[in-house]
Amino acid sequence: MPTLRPTLHLDRLGSVIAGLIALALFASPFVTYRANRIVSGEGRLLVDALPPAGALVTIAVVLGVALCAALARKPLVRLAAASLGLCVIFPAVGFSAGFVTPAGNTFARVSPAIGFWLLALAFALLATDALTRLRLGPWGRLAALSIAAGALALLLLSGAWNDLSLMKEYANRAESFWREARQHLWLALGSMGAACLVGLPLGLASHRVPALRNAILQGLGIVQTIPSIALFGILIAPLGYLAANVPLAAALGIRGIGAAPAFIALFLYSLLPVVANTMAGLSQVPADVIEAARGMGLSPRQRLAQIELPLAFPVILAGIRIVLVQNLGLATIAALIGGGGFGTFVFQGIGQTAIDLVLLGAIPTVALSFAAAIILDAIIDLTRRGAA
Amino acid sequence: MSVRAVILRAAALLLLVAFVTAPQLFAFAFAPLTANNAPAIYNQGSLLALTLSHLRIVALATLASTVLAVALGIFVTRPKGREFLPLSRSLVNIGQTFPPIAVLAIAVPLVGFGEKPTFIALFLYGLLPIFENTLAGLTGVSPRTLEAAKGMGMNARQRLWQVELPLALPVILAGIRLSVIISLGTATIGSTVAAKGLGEVIIAGLQSNNVAFILQGGLVVALLAVLIHDGLGLVERAAARRLGRPLDGTA
Repeated sequence: MPTLRPTLHLDRLGSVIAGLIALALFASPFVTYRANRIVSGEGRLLVDALPPAGALVTIAVVLGVALCAALARKPLVRLAAASLGLCVIFPAVGFSAGFVTPAGNTFARVSPAIGFWLLALAFALLATDALTRLRLGPWGRLAALSIAAGALALLLLSGAWNDLSLMKEYANRAESFWREARQHLWLALGSMGAACLVGLPLGLASHRVPALRNAILQGLGIVQTIPSIALFGILIAPLGYLAANVPLAAALGIRGIGAAPAFIALFLYSLLPVVANTMAGLSQVPADVIEAARGMGLSPRQRLAQIELPLAFPVILAGIRIVLVQNLGLATIAALIGGGGFGTFVFQGIGQTAIDLVLLGAIPTVALSFAAAIILDAIIDLTRRGAA
Repeated sequence: MSVRAVILRAAALLLLVAFVTAPQLFAFAFAPLTANNAPAIYNQGSLLALTLSHLRIVALATLASTVLAVALGIFVTRPKGREFLPLSRSLVNIGQTFPPIAVLAIAVPLVGFGEKPTFIALFLYGLLPIFENTLAGLTGVSPRTLEAAKGMGMNARQRLWQVELPLALPVILAGIRLSVIISLGTATIGSTVAAKGLGEVIIAGLQSNNVAFILQGGLVVALLAVLIHDGLGLVERAAARRLGRPLDGTA
């Protein structure tokens, strides 16, 4: 129902975001300065964290975004404001690190503090809300993702963040970072691939043979319920036995502790979504379509390959999306049993109470899952459109 | 549920209780897994105490996330909070791409080691499924039903308490169940940040290379999760039955 609006409209959500920005700007430190890597640090407000001119510009831009959030109604304007804000504070925190660190001091560490994270959160909320209201199509979402990824790459490659503690941790471990990255992807994607190879036929079989259906779903449901670290633990015993007694297994690199139990556990977790969605996809193919295909003289194999699987594909893909996001997150835990991956840095960081090391493992994990979710959602939308 | 399923669950529960109260009775089964005379049964604390503190932190965190998530779910589906609905939907989607371990690890430097970071991670991560299901449950109530309630002269508060929430209850309960299961797993990882819980047994086993510890820790956590999952499933079905409609799905 249309209501009469006053000309100056205060947006509720925008006001909350503006409040968050004010809190971040005036009441919380922008960066934390520590004399070395492990001592506790002291916070610096934004005014003290940048040279006067830089601080002035940053504060002006941030306040402008807050104003926009509270008053502007068009999603595009709000999105532009949020992007501008993000484009200012991300480089600013990098420059601030260079400014706060005393010249020639190689021990001092500067990290983004709560004020920076709150600002980033506020801008990200504003951008997310605007993007949601814009209702971008699949291509639009992919474009937004690539712009964000490109901006991030530019920020990191330009060296603007090199004085930040996070990047110093990275610089000390660049080689092992990429090794663990490969291991993480191999664990997550490899186990997903294996689950697809096994899960698709299994889903097809349980679609065709109703007697199998309940047994398979219930068995996999129980596996899904077991917490990851417990499943790793349960797999370690038999794999250790196998490695000790079967020379071939040991030759293949299977050991009780390490990547093998992690890979198998991720594989087992992946089966339920693949199998359940294959079944759901196949069972929603309308009976009259199959009947028509039969009438046209297609053999069962042709019906499956040309009619049933293409129609079920979007639903199967939705299962694969669940698996991919789940695996990218769960692979972090593999580090606990010596399986490698980004979790290595997370657990090392926990052990040393070094938050930047934790972030070095956590941020890429979150970024990967996030990107995977957006990309697969877009692909699912595109295939739905194609199937419809 | 068939008689066989009931017997199976009762046996599993009995086994679990017997194992955590008198683990030494089972030493013979784990002894072959040890080497160099290492203890076969976890000996650095009582399994019962660890199980109880594990359950306590999961229960407390779930209670807290349920209260907040349901309140938020109600807020964004009222006329006053509608403006927040699209954003909160996207946030739930984005939030679920965060692995629980990342939340746990980031909380440690902020609040220190122990129960606190674990509680924070369980609480924050537990919000998502409950909030998502509260939204699904409340927005799934048909407009016709609400119209009828309005026609009967119910005010907004009565509609919420007597119509919307009871209809949404089974879906909300499903969210709570999912949240509890995720929390049981995250609490296990919480032992890496020194929270008291069953993860301790597994971690002690990993550190001392004692497969018997790893296996018994894993089995206790797994049995606990499966039994709680089943138990909450029964509650859910009872709630659905009260509404006179069977809950579909096999779970």
